[in-house]
Amino acid sequence: MTDVPWLTILLAVPALGALALVLMPRGFAKAREFALGVSLVTLVLAVVAALQFSVGGGELQLVEEYSWIPQFGVTFALGIDGIALSMILLSVILVPICLIAAWDDVPADGTRRLQGYVAWMLLLEAMMIGVFAATDVFLFYVFFEAMLVPVYFLIGQYGGPDRARAATKFLLYSLLGGLIMLVAVIGLYTVGPGGTDGFLLSNLTGLEIGGVTEKLLFLGFFIAFAIKAPMFPVHTWLPHAATEARPATAVLLVGVLDKVGTFGMLRFCLQMFPEASQWATPVVIVLAVTSIIYGALLAIGQTDMMRLIAFTSISHFGFIVLGIFAMTTVSQTGSTLYMVNHGFTTAALFLIAGMLIARRGSRTIADYGGWQRVTPLIVGTLLISGLSALALPGLNAFVSEFLVIVGTFQRYPAAAIIGATGVILAALYILLWWQKIATGPKPEEIARTTRDMTTREKFVVAPLIAAFLFLGFYPKPVIDLLEPAVTTTLQHVGVTDPAPAVSAEGSEG
Amino acid sequence: MFQAPQIDYLAILPLIIVFGGGLIGCLLEGFLRREQRVSTQLWLSVATLVAALVALVWVARDNMGITAAGSVTIDGPTLMIQGLILSLSIIGLLAMSERLGGSTPDAFTQAGVSVPGSFEEREAVRLGGTTTEVYPLTLLAVGGMMLFPAANDLLLMFIALEILSLPLYVLSGLARRRRLLSQEASLKYFLLGAFSSAFFLFGAVLLYGYAGSMRLDVIADAIGTETGMDGLLIPGMLLLATGLLFKVGAVPFHNWTPDVYQGAPTPVTGFMAACTKVAAFGAMLRLFYVGLEAARLDWQPVLAVVAAASMIVGAVLTIVQTDLKRILAYSSIAHAGFILTGLVALEQVGASSTMFYLAAYGFMTIPAFALIALVRSAGSEATHISQWSGLGRRAPWLAAAFSFLLLAFAGIPLTSGFTGKFAVFAAAVANDYAWLAVIGVLASAVTAYIYFKVIVTFYFGDTSNDTVVVTPSALTTFAVVTGVLVTLGLGIVPAPVLDLAASAAQFLR
Repeated sequence: MTDVPWLTILLAVPALGALALVLMPRGFAKAREFALGVSLVTLVLAVVAALQFSVGGGELQLVEEYSWIPQFGVTFALGIDGIALSMILLSVILVPICLIAAWDDVPADGTRRLQGYVAWMLLLEAMMIGVFAATDVFLFYVFFEAMLVPVYFLIGQYGGPDRARAATKFLLYSLLGGLIMLVAVIGLYTVGPGGTDGFLLSNLTGLEIGGVTEKLLFLGFFIAFAIKAPMFPVHTWLPHAATEARPATAVLLVGVLDKVGTFGMLRFCLQMFPEASQWATPVVIVLAVTSIIYGALLAIGQTDMMRLIAFTSISHFGFIVLGIFAMTTVSQTGSTLYMVNHGFTTAALFLIAGMLIARRGSRTIADYGGWQRVTPLIVGTLLISGLSALALPGLNAFVSEFLVIVGTFQRYPAAAIIGATGVILAALYILLWWQKIATGPKPEEIARTTRDMTTREKFVVAPLIAAFLFLGFYPKPVIDLLEPAVTTTLQHVGVTDPAPAVSAEGSEG
Repeated sequence: MFQAPQIDYLAILPLIIVFGGGLIGCLLEGFLRREQRVSTQLWLSVATLVAALVALVWVARDNMGITAAGSVTIDGPTLMIQGLILSLSIIGLLAMSERLGGSTPDAFTQAGVSVPGSFEEREAVRLGGTTTEVYPLTLLAVGGMMLFPAANDLLLMFIALEILSLPLYVLSGLARRRRLLSQEASLKYFLLGAFSSAFFLFGAVLLYGYAGSMRLDVIADAIGTETGMDGLLIPGMLLLATGLLFKVGAVPFHNWTPDVYQGAPTPVTGFMAACTKVAAFGAMLRLFYVGLEAARLDWQPVLAVVAAASMIVGAVLTIVQTDLKRILAYSSIAHAGFILTGLVALEQVGASSTMFYLAAYGFMTIPAFALIALVRSAGSEATHISQWSGLGRRAPWLAAAFSFLLLAFAGIPLTSGFTGKFAVFAAAVANDYAWLAVIGVLASAVTAYIYFKVIVTFYFGDTSNDTVVVTPSALTTFAVVTGVLVTLGLGIVPAPVLDLAASAAQFLR
């Protein structure tokens, strides 16, 4: 515990930045620069905060607690473990990248529209930090729901032609899930110790609830997280939302926000309802494997590249959930690492797709062809990002996918084997997509007017590719960060790792 | 021999001030010259309400007790409800006084007595024959509203009901434009209101037959003892409940609400929606918590079903509306269901959560209607959703304020609407009415659809229509800003008001 309230500061800086943008006069032309500055300050602060974090401890760190609504038992309680820290770092890294990527997305005429766009982005950043740092269930719920508002406006006001419907669909799905969780949140308070800090996660962990109540409470939380994650069969809002959103919005939506779902499963479902989690495991495993295969198959069939990326994410989230519910140290470490990797990979895919769309004016893959020779840099980085998405060894996603499959195999060999076919399907959807875009004759009429990656765009992709390589070759620091938290979670569930298959046969035989 | 009852005048000082102000207003109406009327009446009314509020806080609070021969109770809940009614009617009155360039309060007709379209009406408009009966009428209605929850005697409660209702019937018929619709609303309100009053009176009589007195404490004592007239209790309770449920617009006594809300002058609708609900729920709290508490097993299930039906019917019918005033009317039916959910809990927490919800609802409703009055097309109010299309770009502050209020109606965290919903649902769950909370949550999700559809129209719709937003005077601005700030404040720092509600939830018996 430190004297400096790092997490509150991290939360407050982007929130105040957003407020300042709203209050500034209409003609404020430097809104983008201001927002980028705020997000960079947040990034620096997050790094400084991360340096206070001692790697290797599974307990919550940088803890803060202030009384908020004692009548409801609510505390403004923040604290992070390795998983939360990695998610917060992911958010604060991606937000400035997205702001740079979206530089020309909205008319740069200093209108309120531009100010609104960057203000919502900053507010969203604040909410994301809050949702990952909250250690009070009520506070978590507040961030979980309040987060919908900026995303709703980011999609609905600044998205594609069908944006209003997509935004509403997104909102209704999420709100319904959230409200179901609300009943569970209230129910949790009544079964918990109650009192003025009855919502503190630490007070609600290790309760002996048992029976139908625990299962119902678990379901209340799980349904909300499954919608958010998004998991088959409640994923249908995602392709629509991601397609209509601006690429930068889609990055934050799929790359970070959806992680709240899997993060919530780890932090809330597993930790507070261990028995119910084990009870639900078979069904969840089946759904996760279904997500992997289903998302991948649909990705292969897509003609719209934003939809394609959305479906790949459904497949990847299947892996993450599979690893979480296989409940081995290896699989969960893989899942949490996957959460980080997927954030970077999807960000790169969406942003590069956005660059292509900005040049060609179309999301349809069939409208491209031969772009390898028109924009070699863009297409090249697309290939690297694609290879990362299909988990090529040496790039980031490989490590995490490998860990998930190996860990799952220890307990559920069949699920691991079926899930592994998702890797093969990934090669199909990525390489087919790349092939349709990159190869073929050079499109003369477009080539003359199209320029390759601009300096600004290089700033967008460079950090992402650096992250691919770093996490691909040297994931150890991140794994060291995640593993203790995973171990703690598994202790809460009360599951131990299965013994290696060979010796298990020997001892049982 | 007749003995004059002891009356604690200090305890009922706020009531005396309000009634006195109303009567002086009536007198002034006859003496003042036309050009003096509006300003004099406005300042007299506001001064009266402020003086009453000051008297409430400084004098009445120290003189709590049962007075006037046991017919008036001034206790925590009474003072809380009365204070709420006074604060709400101050901003309601300010919104009513909005003058848009004319010499008359714009929402109201020049001559209420004249037949729409008649010679008298035209003549009154030509001469500027402004009548300002709205001010004394409002004050008298406020007096009735304040007496309603204080009544410890069914007969006094009936009288209070009539005092508050009759001015409202008249006020509903005074709209300046669409006079026929307004008069129809007035007539409908009057006829149905008269019915419900008759039900109430009938119920009071039956309880008199049962207990031998109309005083709530005597009735409370009679329940559980053999009175020889035991068959009268349940019908009496149900008939009383009918009268009160009509006033709050709960299903199945809700049919008047949409038509009256639509037809009445918009600021009156706001005042009526907020203050009547507060007063009627205050009376209900006293009736059920003080008088009929011992018979809870008989009425609790009935009210629970009414609450569920109100939430479901209100929510489902809200989503098919296309007129903003009707949307808010149906949403008020759903909100009546939410408030009933708190009331059904029948604990101290039930009373305090109900009062908190009433505060939250009141402070979002009045500004919402005040804002609707500002949006005009061809001289009259533009209340159809399509007429609000694209307002976000032309009137950013109005759209932002209205959207924020809609978020509060939808119950998004960090608004008072969420805190209120949480309070009543928590009360219900803690008292074995979890199923009501589940229905409430689903109803919230349903209504969220329409609120967000309205926001979509503001921000994402096209702007090609002739709707204009008039610049409000300081009066409306003050009312709206106050409402929005309270809505935000009760969402972010609800603890003080929750404390107040909890400390004021102790009934004197």
